[in-house]
Amino acid sequence: MNNTIANLKIGESGIIEDFSLDVIPLSLLEMGCLPGKEVKLLQVAPFKDPLYIKVNGSHLAIRIEMAQQIRITRL
Amino acid sequence: MKKKSVVNIALVGNPNTGKTSLFNQLTGLKQKVGNYPGITVDKKLGTCKISEKLSAEIIDLPGTYSINPNTLDETIVLETLLNNDGDSFPDLVIVVAEVENLKRNLLLFSQIKDLQIPTILAINMEDQMDRKGIFIDVEKLKKELKSEVVLISARKNSGIEALKKEIENYTDWNTDPISNISDKIDPAFFKEIETTFSEFSVYKTWLLITQQRNCIFLSKELQNKINAFKTKNEIIKKYQHKETIYRYQKINEILKETYKVNRSEGSDLRAKLDSVLTHKIFGYIIFASILLLIFQSIFEWASLPMDLIDGLFAHLSELAKNNLPQGVFTNLIAEGVIPGIGGIVIFIPQIAILFLFISVLEETGYMSRVVFLMDKIMRKFGMSGKSVIPLISGTACAIPAIMASRNISDWKERLITILVIPFTTCSARLPVYAILISLIIPNQRVLGVFNLQGLTLMGLYLLGFAAAISSAVLLHNVLKIKSTSLFVIEMPNYKLPSLKNVFYEVIEKTKAFIFGAGKIILALSIVLWFLASNGSSAFKNANQFVTSQVESKELSEIALKKKIASYKLEHSYIGTMGKTIEPIIKPMGYDWKIGIALISSFAAREVFVGALATIYSVESEGEDVGTIKERMAAEVNTVTGEKRFNFATGMSLLLFYAFAMQCIGTLAIVKRETKSWKWPILQLTGMSGLAYIIAVIAYSILS
Repeated sequence: MNNTIANLKIGESGIIEDFSLDVIPLSLLEMGCLPGKEVKLLQVAPFKDPLYIKVNGSHLAIRIEMAQQIRITRL
Repeated sequence: MKKKSVVNIALVGNPNTGKTSLFNQLTGLKQKVGNYPGITVDKKLGTCKISEKLSAEIIDLPGTYSINPNTLDETIVLETLLNNDGDSFPDLVIVVAEVENLKRNLLLFSQIKDLQIPTILAINMEDQMDRKGIFIDVEKLKKELKSEVVLISARKNSGIEALKKEIENYTDWNTDPISNISDKIDPAFFKEIETTFSEFSVYKTWLLITQQRNCIFLSKELQNKINAFKTKNEIIKKYQHKETIYRYQKINEILKETYKVNRSEGSDLRAKLDSVLTHKIFGYIIFASILLLIFQSIFEWASLPMDLIDGLFAHLSELAKNNLPQGVFTNLIAEGVIPGIGGIVIFIPQIAILFLFISVLEETGYMSRVVFLMDKIMRKFGMSGKSVIPLISGTACAIPAIMASRNISDWKERLITILVIPFTTCSARLPVYAILISLIIPNQRVLGVFNLQGLTLMGLYLLGFAAAISSAVLLHNVLKIKSTSLFVIEMPNYKLPSLKNVFYEVIEKTKAFIFGAGKIILALSIVLWFLASNGSSAFKNANQFVTSQVESKELSEIALKKKIASYKLEHSYIGTMGKTIEPIIKPMGYDWKIGIALISSFAAREVFVGALATIYSVESEGEDVGTIKERMAAEVNTVTGEKRFNFATGMSLLLFYAFAMQCIGTLAIVKRETKSWKWPILQLTGMSGLAYIIAVIAYSILS
């Protein structure tokens, strides 16, 4: 499991792989976090949670549990 | 379509698009806050003149990223737009978008457009396009979106006239949907929707099917029909997923032709500010300094206007007493109504200053950074980063603070936040603390710098936070509610705050406090006055009784009057109540007079001081005995002969007020927000029980 958003280092990017809404809520999808889009890790809070990401033009903060569910292909 | 002379306009948009700026620009001071039927979410309304012949009633709907709701506020958007027969149903919708995030903003636009309500797209912050190298082909965009599109800048007041001009002709707008979701998702499934439901359009029916909770405006029959149609959750989720991806594909296609950005990646300023403000060390130092500044200001800046207000109302009360004809009505005005209104007005400076800060921090985009920094820490206590703002607001008043918890989408985190907010030291506790501290803590310096009274006050604040945090931990471990851990927040770009927005926000929040909490405080002040100046037969015969009792003794007229007044108070309704609870409050070191004040302050804490003032002033009828503080200091414990407000009793009272749940307004709002009596009752018994035990322990140790 080293290919999720949670495994990115600050400044690194990846392409989001397809996922199911059972693990990732609709609202995240609606805010632009779509399969095939590039995601970049901008900043992490202490204890690496939450994570501050830029995806598909949106700047978002998500919790680590959710970041661990979003699989990516590293760039 | 027939043209009306007044149209309903709904403003819809993502958070941080400047929707509120546009609302303020359109309506100016012609704003009011109402309620949605059945639910108590604030509804922001305003009026606006569109043209000579047309005026508009504008609703500023809560910001949302989609019409599929996650929070209570977002549910309002959906229900307003779906309920054709509702009073708030719009004749047209203005979707506010923002140049930089147009793609994401268009998702919401496409959903609303598909509802076939006349819709216009207002793209805000056009003044930033040059700087950010953004180009939009408006004509082409209009064609692709089958809608009117205007570029505006709500802050610079540009494009507003063009927007109004378009609205004049809203009846001619194209209301065709722009997406064809049924074909892209599952044609057979959507065909079935179409044949089963003739009531609404396919898209509207689909939206109703996807909702987790029942829609308040649907008839029971129709809701049952919809519930019966709901298929497996996984299938609905799969289709929603497909729908969203399809919508984004479509938007991407449209924007490819109409939207260009010529600039290098990201804005430097944002990255630089983020690297400091969300830094692992500096981020917290900055946040702590801002908090310190806020608290400092609340107490420093507010103290002068508060003293003025205090003096003004005391003066008014006297004026009424001396100039109106004597009688019950005058007493009601002078002893009930005026002090009652004063008790509300006195909190305005603190509340206004607090909301001034909060709204500036929100406007700049800093609050999202606070949420980001605090989330992990708050989760250890069962709350969310989003709980920080409600907890800070709680230091002014728990009522707006509890309402501010609505944007916490996780129910458990939100519930814990609501339950612990009343522990934070609200401004209603301040007058109680202030007077008790000045009575029992010497006004001297420690270590040369710190004022002992100030330190005590700070200690009480910390105690409140500690109580909030520890009860949150307890609730976190006890409450068995499944956490969805759904947490997504947008980190908006930094902006300079708009003075206009800040001003309106402060006005609105202050008004909400005055008319919400104020009504209760005023009503109870009047009830209290009535209970203190009426009583059963012993009260009515007080004059005769006391006079006959003291006939043998030689008493001056003043001493006799005093005796009568004191006898009257004891036998008034409230005196009887105080006497009844005396055995229960005795272990805390209180007598029946403090009991009266305690009973009264279950309505609202600050009434404590007013109640004591009333009690001692009724007792001292006519005599000038100086300030309330001097009267309290002179009060003697009839059993021990010591001062009534000695150190032990004072500490016991301070601790009691720090923990007890004494605010009917808060209980009412908790009932409304949690839709159950269970939680306010838990707060009342839990907090007051804790307060009682701690006060008893403190008193027995100290006395």
